[in-house]
Amino acid sequence: MPILEHPAYPPATLLCLESLVPCRESQVSMLLSIFGERQQLSFPSIFIYGHTSSGKTYVMKTLLNTLQLPHVFVNCVECFTSRLLLEEILIQLHNGSSETKQASPVPCDTFNDFVRLFKQALTSQNLQDQTVYVVLDRAEQLREMEANVLPAFLRLQELTDRNVTVILLSEIVWEMFRPNTGCFEPFILYFPDYSIGHLQKILSQNHPPEYSADFYSAYINILLGVFYMVCRDLKELQHLAALNFSKYCEPVVRREAKERDTRKLWKNIEPHLKKAMQTVYLREISSSQWERLQCEEEEPGQIKGLSAHAHVELPYYSKFLLIAAYLASYNPARTDKRFFLKHHGKIKKTNFMKKHEKTSNHLLGPKPFPLDRLLAILYSIVDNRVAPTANIFSQVSQVHMYLLLFPVYCLWNF
Amino acid sequence: MSTRSLSKGCFVFKPSPKRRKVSRTTADYFREGNSDLEDSELRFATCQSLQKQVKSETEQIEEELNEQLFDNLVSFLRRSHSAFQEKTTEWTWRMKSREIPTAALVLGVNVTDHDFTFRSLSEVLQNNVTPYIALLEAKDCPGIKNLMQKLLGQLMNCCIDADSSEEEDYEQVSRNRVRCSMTSLINWYESATKRTDSETPGKKRTSSRHWQSPPVVVIFKDMESFTTKVLQDFVVISSQHIGEFPLVLIFGIATSPMIIHSLLPHSVSSLLCIELFQSLSCKDHLSTIIDKVLLTTQFPLKLSEKVLQVLINIFLYHDFSVQNFIKGFQLCIVEHFHSNPLSILCCQLEEAKGRVNSLSHNQCENVRRLPSFRRYVESQVSEKQIALLTADSSLKEAVWKLLEDLNVYHENYFPILRCLHVFTSSLPKYPLGKQIRELHCACLENRVWETEEYESSLQLARMLNKSDLVTMLQKCVEILVSSPGREFDEIVEKLKEFLTQFQKLEEAYQERDESVSPQKELQKKTNLFNLQKTLLELKESRRSKKLTKFEMLRFEVVDYIDSLVRRYLVPADHKTLHEIVYFNTASVLREHLNAAPRIALHTALNNPYSYLKSEALKSDGGSISNKAPDICIAYKLHLECGRLINLVDWLEAFSTVVTAAEGPTADAASSDQVDDVIHARFIRAVSELELLGFIKPSKQKTDHVARLTWGGC
Repeated sequence: MPILEHPAYPPATLLCLESLVPCRESQVSMLLSIFGERQQLSFPSIFIYGHTSSGKTYVMKTLLNTLQLPHVFVNCVECFTSRLLLEEILIQLHNGSSETKQASPVPCDTFNDFVRLFKQALTSQNLQDQTVYVVLDRAEQLREMEANVLPAFLRLQELTDRNVTVILLSEIVWEMFRPNTGCFEPFILYFPDYSIGHLQKILSQNHPPEYSADFYSAYINILLGVFYMVCRDLKELQHLAALNFSKYCEPVVRREAKERDTRKLWKNIEPHLKKAMQTVYLREISSSQWERLQCEEEEPGQIKGLSAHAHVELPYYSKFLLIAAYLASYNPARTDKRFFLKHHGKIKKTNFMKKHEKTSNHLLGPKPFPLDRLLAILYSIVDNRVAPTANIFSQVSQVHMYLLLFPVYCLWNF
Repeated sequence: MSTRSLSKGCFVFKPSPKRRKVSRTTADYFREGNSDLEDSELRFATCQSLQKQVKSETEQIEEELNEQLFDNLVSFLRRSHSAFQEKTTEWTWRMKSREIPTAALVLGVNVTDHDFTFRSLSEVLQNNVTPYIALLEAKDCPGIKNLMQKLLGQLMNCCIDADSSEEEDYEQVSRNRVRCSMTSLINWYESATKRTDSETPGKKRTSSRHWQSPPVVVIFKDMESFTTKVLQDFVVISSQHIGEFPLVLIFGIATSPMIIHSLLPHSVSSLLCIELFQSLSCKDHLSTIIDKVLLTTQFPLKLSEKVLQVLINIFLYHDFSVQNFIKGFQLCIVEHFHSNPLSILCCQLEEAKGRVNSLSHNQCENVRRLPSFRRYVESQVSEKQIALLTADSSLKEAVWKLLEDLNVYHENYFPILRCLHVFTSSLPKYPLGKQIRELHCACLENRVWETEEYESSLQLARMLNKSDLVTMLQKCVEILVSSPGREFDEIVEKLKEFLTQFQKLEEAYQERDESVSPQKELQKKTNLFNLQKTLLELKESRRSKKLTKFEMLRFEVVDYIDSLVRRYLVPADHKTLHEIVYFNTASVLREHLNAAPRIALHTALNNPYSYLKSEALKSDGGSISNKAPDICIAYKLHLECGRLINLVDWLEAFSTVVTAAEGPTADAASSDQVDDVIHARFIRAVSELELLGFIKPSKQKTDHVARLTWGGC
């Protein structure tokens, strides 16, 4: 019983589409009913959101490609300026149907130009009588472009007076997009996360040709048992599945176990997967190194992860600069005299600390401090006399450069 | 233009380096202030050749040191896109997400050295792997747009380099119009690789050097300084197209590879396939350089203890930069040849002979003035003294002999130093330092055998066990055999004799052990109390007992080493004519390399004579001369004030100082009205001081300024 039904498209295509988008049938049928038939006007803009790898891009791509709808697919991260974005749309539109590649794109600086050129392109490609879909992936980047870009895209149908639908794909909700000045409200569609059952179903679909589907599905089951707690990203899971599958097959290849011998296979693979979770998944070691490890049967200790190299050697004064920065950022400036001078005079113990200072400074986080103070503390904590040489000053800026390592101290008061 | 500075201020931007008329101008500079013309030419030539020698030597050492790292990197690049070339359709290949191969290159905190490393790296890659290399620096890439522009510019340019020049014009025109997007990059890559494929056989050599589809290598020189957003965007964008062209990233990391995880969120770092490569630590690097450049007889110029200490201190305390160390050494060379007229004799021994003979009378006088030579003369008999002090020919003869002596001294010094280092570097707590450079400094400073540390290390050496002692002796023999010194045959003989004696002892022990063993069997079964008792007895007996043969031999060995040290490791400044070969004005070096801007500024303003060298400015104590520049007068006056300075009082004082010399007539005229010119001069001086950061306008009192330095704040 097919779930997708639409009078405008042949049932065979719909069936094919259905097999390609498992667990997303309801969303697809919703989209189909919005799209309507080819020549019908569709909703001006649709906003689709959902968590990472919940199939937004994939579903849209397969949907548009299988039904052979005229469309333009643009990634907004890649087109980092509005000009690039608009030109990219036009280029794709030109190249879409006719294979003649346009050598040099028409410069398109403003949205006004874009609307004009867009209309021209539609006419030249004979697309007036069909709905054209403009899909903007990673649409959150649009917010960083000129203020008019997002509202204009939302009303592209109205502005061009053509049959066009803009589809925005994003990982964040519409409320984060809405400009202060108000805009046309798109149709909002939510792609929920895949459940564990869905993941199981989708991952099992692509089994390697040498092994049976059941065998692979049992493997996926084990894999999900280990990784589902930490990772629900479909792409990542697929990657991990491909990486570790050869290890899973090992007993079968060596004829120590049969394909049905699930328990034995589980015993073999489980510690391996756990190790993978601590290393490959965190990108402590790269996947190619992991594969080499599997082949060579080495101990994973041989390749140290990235975090094993956390030790940084610094020149003598740089170390003291860091210490001074730490002291300056956590101690109130008032106390400097007391801590760093030999004859600091008497201090009344009772009122020395003000009430709000009694809470641990570490809970409040580091505070900004002027450069002078940093250097003054440096001169007082280093044992021998330090001349204020250019080298010291350049070290300050160098430490500042490394300071990404110690972002807490990075609060300079400039 | 942007700077790395944290504070606001004026910065000098040097114009991009142009081709200078090198030799001519530098030679002129060199000659300046030198009286002896023909000698200075010779000195300059010697200096140049020595510089060149040092440069090529250090570069070669560095290449050798980096070889391993580069080999690893090249094989990584080879591996990384092997699949891209084969276009496998395997199942795992399809299922795996395509990650960008990334090399995390940890280079250590010595940022100044990285430039050199990256330059040689890109050379190596260009020769072996791919012509498509882009080097990106953080300061050029504040945004993703700039990054793409830079990247495209570099890649398309490098393609031109490989090609014939006729296409250059066409490319240059089109580059401006090229869209800075990944698609244009991919199109370019496709056309570039196609072109190399369809090249005529004559041009084929380029493609045989590289692979079929050479990877595009993007090097991020200083990963830490890139903004997170730029990096993230770039990785995300390029990961979209990794299937279409082989991209490899190289991250240059100064601190630790953890930085990748703190810069890139998991969603982005999961797009990368990161492998770690680590360069040699800069301290090891320095040791090698010192070992191969300073601790050899290869270069005639030597550094005295203080100078070496200054260079090493700058390295350890400030920058960890090997390049700076080498530059410091080169500065020493220039300074030595520039300031010391006798430095013409500082050359290889073969050349020195001729130069000694052609010394002018002036130069002979210079030799006679050397303190070490005077000491030498005083130790001679009186006739010889007269001859040395009056006849140039006998002086030349003596100088030549002394130079030869010095050369022999050096030939012996370094091998023996290494031998001593073999001993001291394995002692507990390293009384004479762990590194050979520390030992070298100690030996140069004064007679090392008179120091406490030496005494204690000898004590410790007398307690070494046999196997250690034997391996050390063997090492010493190796060192001495491989060194060119002439007097070492005898020493080697002696050391070998020690070794055979140890061998004999061992045999003797074995025999004795067999006889003793049954007794030991018995002892094993005793309880704790008995054991303690026997141990105590043993101790007693040892105290009273005579030294065993082994101990005697050990004492002999240590004494022999001691005698070698006393004979050969005499400090250099006890040697006659050491001034010619040793550069020892550490203060000059410190002034040049470890500049103190604040102090320099203070001297300039407080004592303008030190820079302007005008006789009129020669100050006579603390008084303020009115001939000094206005800013100096204003500065000196402001030093006398507290935190807040009243501008009116300051002006008053200023005008008093300026008009002081003009005598009583002027004084009468300028009753209490300040001259307009003086007023203007004062205002200019004050604003200059403000620009230099000494004062700033205060909000508390409008007619006051606040001091910012020294007693201010």
